[in-house]
Amino acid sequence: MSAAGRSSRERVLERIRKANFGAARLQEPIPRAYEGAGSDRGHAQSAEVVALFEERLHDYDARVFHVHQDEIAAKAAEILKAADRRRIAVPAGLSATWRADGVEWIADHELSADALNAVDGVMTAATLGIAVSGSIVLQHGPTEGRRVLTLLPDYHLCVVGAAQVVETLPEAFARIDPTRPVTFFSGPSATADIEMTRIKGVHGPRFLDVLLVDVLLAQD
Amino acid sequence: MSLVQIEPGGHSSRILDPKTAPPFPDAAKTDLRDTQLRRNVVRATDTIQGKRAALVAEKSDWQALRDAGAAIRREALANLDRYLLEFEQRFQAAGGTVHWAASAAEANRIVLQILQREAASEIIKIKSMTTAEIGLNEYLAQHGVAAHETDLAELILQLGGDQPSHIVVPALHKNRQQVREIFARTMGLPDLSDDPEALTAAARQYLREKFLRVKTAICGANFLIAETGGITIVESEGNGRMCLTLPETLIAIVGIEKVIPRFADLEVLLQTLPRSATGERMNPYNSIWSGVVPGDGPKKMHVVLLDNGRSRVLRDAIGRQTLQCIRCGACQNACPVYRQTGGHAYGSVYAGPIGAILTPQLEDMRHAQSLPYASSLCGACYEVCPVKINIPEVLVHLRSRVVDRGRRKLASFFDQERAGMMAMAAVFANHRRYGAAQRLARIGQRTIHHGEAWYHWLPGMAGRWTETRDLAPLPQQTFREWWHQRGRS
Amino acid sequence: MRIVLFITCYNDTLFPRTGQSVVRVLERLGHTVEFPIEQTCCGQMHFNTGYRREAYPLAKRSVEIFSNAEAVCIPSSSCVAMMREYYPALARENEDAEMATAVAQLLPRIFEFSELLVDRLEVTDVGAYFPHRVTYHASCHGLRSLHLGDKPLQLLRAVRGLELVPLEGLEQCCGFGGTFAVKNADVSAAMLTEKTRAVLNTRAEVCTACDNSCLMHMQGMLHRQFAGVRTLHIAEILAGTEDTPA
Repeated sequence: MSAAGRSSRERVLERIRKANFGAARLQEPIPRAYEGAGSDRGHAQSAEVVALFEERLHDYDARVFHVHQDEIAAKAAEILKAADRRRIAVPAGLSATWRADGVEWIADHELSADALNAVDGVMTAATLGIAVSGSIVLQHGPTEGRRVLTLLPDYHLCVVGAAQVVETLPEAFARIDPTRPVTFFSGPSATADIEMTRIKGVHGPRFLDVLLVDVLLAQD
Repeated sequence: MSLVQIEPGGHSSRILDPKTAPPFPDAAKTDLRDTQLRRNVVRATDTIQGKRAALVAEKSDWQALRDAGAAIRREALANLDRYLLEFEQRFQAAGGTVHWAASAAEANRIVLQILQREAASEIIKIKSMTTAEIGLNEYLAQHGVAAHETDLAELILQLGGDQPSHIVVPALHKNRQQVREIFARTMGLPDLSDDPEALTAAARQYLREKFLRVKTAICGANFLIAETGGITIVESEGNGRMCLTLPETLIAIVGIEKVIPRFADLEVLLQTLPRSATGERMNPYNSIWSGVVPGDGPKKMHVVLLDNGRSRVLRDAIGRQTLQCIRCGACQNACPVYRQTGGHAYGSVYAGPIGAILTPQLEDMRHAQSLPYASSLCGACYEVCPVKINIPEVLVHLRSRVVDRGRRKLASFFDQERAGMMAMAAVFANHRRYGAAQRLARIGQRTIHHGEAWYHWLPGMAGRWTETRDLAPLPQQTFREWWHQRGRS
Repeated sequence: MRIVLFITCYNDTLFPRTGQSVVRVLERLGHTVEFPIEQTCCGQMHFNTGYRREAYPLAKRSVEIFSNAEAVCIPSSSCVAMMREYYPALARENEDAEMATAVAQLLPRIFEFSELLVDRLEVTDVGAYFPHRVTYHASCHGLRSLHLGDKPLQLLRAVRGLELVPLEGLEQCCGFGGTFAVKNADVSAAMLTEKTRAVLNTRAEVCTACDNSCLMHMQGMLHRQFAGVRTLHIAEILAGTEDTPA
């Protein structure tokens, strides 16, 4: 950093300190009377929560398919073939047992943007589902892939375990690893910039299918 | 002197600079005559307000969320130096670089230096009020760098040579025919229809080419997280995710007030922000990360922390709550004044109630002095603010700052309003003087007016009332005269 | 009980009939009304226009004048809001501990007129008769500062002969805003036009509210347009009986 840059830093900090001198240095606890505050990881999942999650996904025109853990590969292949989506990118760490024949699975070993642009879709696991908002949370580990993987393709097939679905945002935050990147997806991209008409799918995948796995998902 | 250009269709595009913008009443006078604008503003604000109200009604803990959000933002501001330093340390530990800009000019210089080091002649941008505040695009253009806006609304404004009129829906003053005309002309699509789907598809294609090619991106940030050195980008379209994953270098320009203490504080703000801004339980995409993520996204990550008057706002005991703002725009949607004028009349990138208090404070009350008066103090903004900024309280306080500045000037002795206020203060100080003033006013009325007829015209400032409204004559007897006559005392 | 009336400066000068009506209603209910002659103005106009320094002595003297009252009736929600929201701040800013104490003791005893009737005197039927079609506008201070809720509507519903029709957008500001009506006359008129349209759509003959500031504003445009609608403070409606029509 240049000398001028360093002095701006000091100048700004000094201004802030002077401005805050005498201002109550708030040590009071933040009032957290909102729903789900102080959640811990051990909150039991309920069928109602999963049903709400599915309902909210439907509001976004996402399709939801219920499967058992050992049906993932077959169901995925069935959905993809029916939609004529034959070339599917996957994170390199996505379980091989999820990849059935009949589809070309392209593992993401630093695929170029153009290559990602050319596939028919992407399939990943997920970290969490949030029922109230119909959100899916990814933290981009080996089974979820780097961020651009779920951005450029036009279709995303996401495998979410029922045990990964929480109801509220505070419950979700109790489970998210703050040291890793996070992306929340809540419906396809949208804009209402032209005459407040909501148009779906500006950038990012326009189509989302969710495989809701009804058994506790073992970490791959 | 502000530059006003009249576009085909009669819509003007103004430079939104509080140092040169006309006073609010003058700018409003023009915009009030734009029937297209007024219709668009009402439709947009009614739509979001309706959706917001429905979602708030279903949330029994909404007030608890507001209380928590306000406390989180207050705590951040009260300990701002500490949290900024914590952010800086964590962000740099994650491979990012932090720069500090005391002023808009300095921020622009820092950005340009980075771009010159990268030999970047063009950049892609995510919508950022902060970059609009510092005039980044214009500065870069002057120095040979093209900045491509990638938010649909900002794209419309940029290609059409216009300015934002709302925090969240910046192009709400444009209708589909206007957008079609802009796209057809600038994208070379003469057969483009004005259907919003077609327009959006055209923008998607136009922008994808840029996303895949341009190596440097500039963004703002909704929040910085001290605890993790994190940046949070809240968006709907996906262009944000494009800009923060595809390029090799990303520069974020962020106001110093945007920092929040803890990662978990987002569990509050990500509930109140989307509901307040777009009337959704959650917006389509939120991205949170720190520094450089190995093998995923830009290899070079810069944050430019911007002061540009914010530390000065912090000094004002009443005004500092302005910095709690999370830029949701709910106050604009609720404001009955904004409803009539749209955003351009405020002469600043920050319009509506938050603009009326933020802009003059950032200018140290030297400019935009008409903005604190651009309000009927109805309080609708305070009611909807997710972080409980008492905007009416700040408005009234800023008015006293404007008046106090004026007291020191010679010109104030000749000011009609000041003279009237001083006279009224003396009259109200003593009830006998007050009674006498009441009688004097009635006597004065008799010299110009007879009978019970209402005034259709009055001279001077009072004439502004009678331009559109009648005024009843003073009654023949005041209440206290009636009371006295009754024989009570 | 003995109720002290703070008529407010603009009601005193421009709307004496509102004060007379308040007196009539309270006496009809069997209470005694007192009127301290020293009263003038709560200071809101100066405070809101930025003349905060000049508002302080006005606020201080108002507190002193009413300090002994068991209950103060103020037929203007904006003035009540001024006192509740800003009198403590004025005392603090001027480091006036004496005023701060006096304010703290006074505030629980001040009431806007509909608050006085419904909350303090616990009455909604004041024996009124008003055979007209009426719509109600919720003044901003009454709505958002005082949280009057539907107290005024409870009072209106109990009035014999009164046909109450809802006002669309009743919570939207009429555009008066004190000096705003003159300093931003064009926007004020635009806001008033929307309010006027809503009032006319109700086909009501009378539009009422708890604040004459709003009503003066609304009547100004209704009168200009020969609209055939008049405004009337709620106190004047409640004062009306068969023998003494409002």
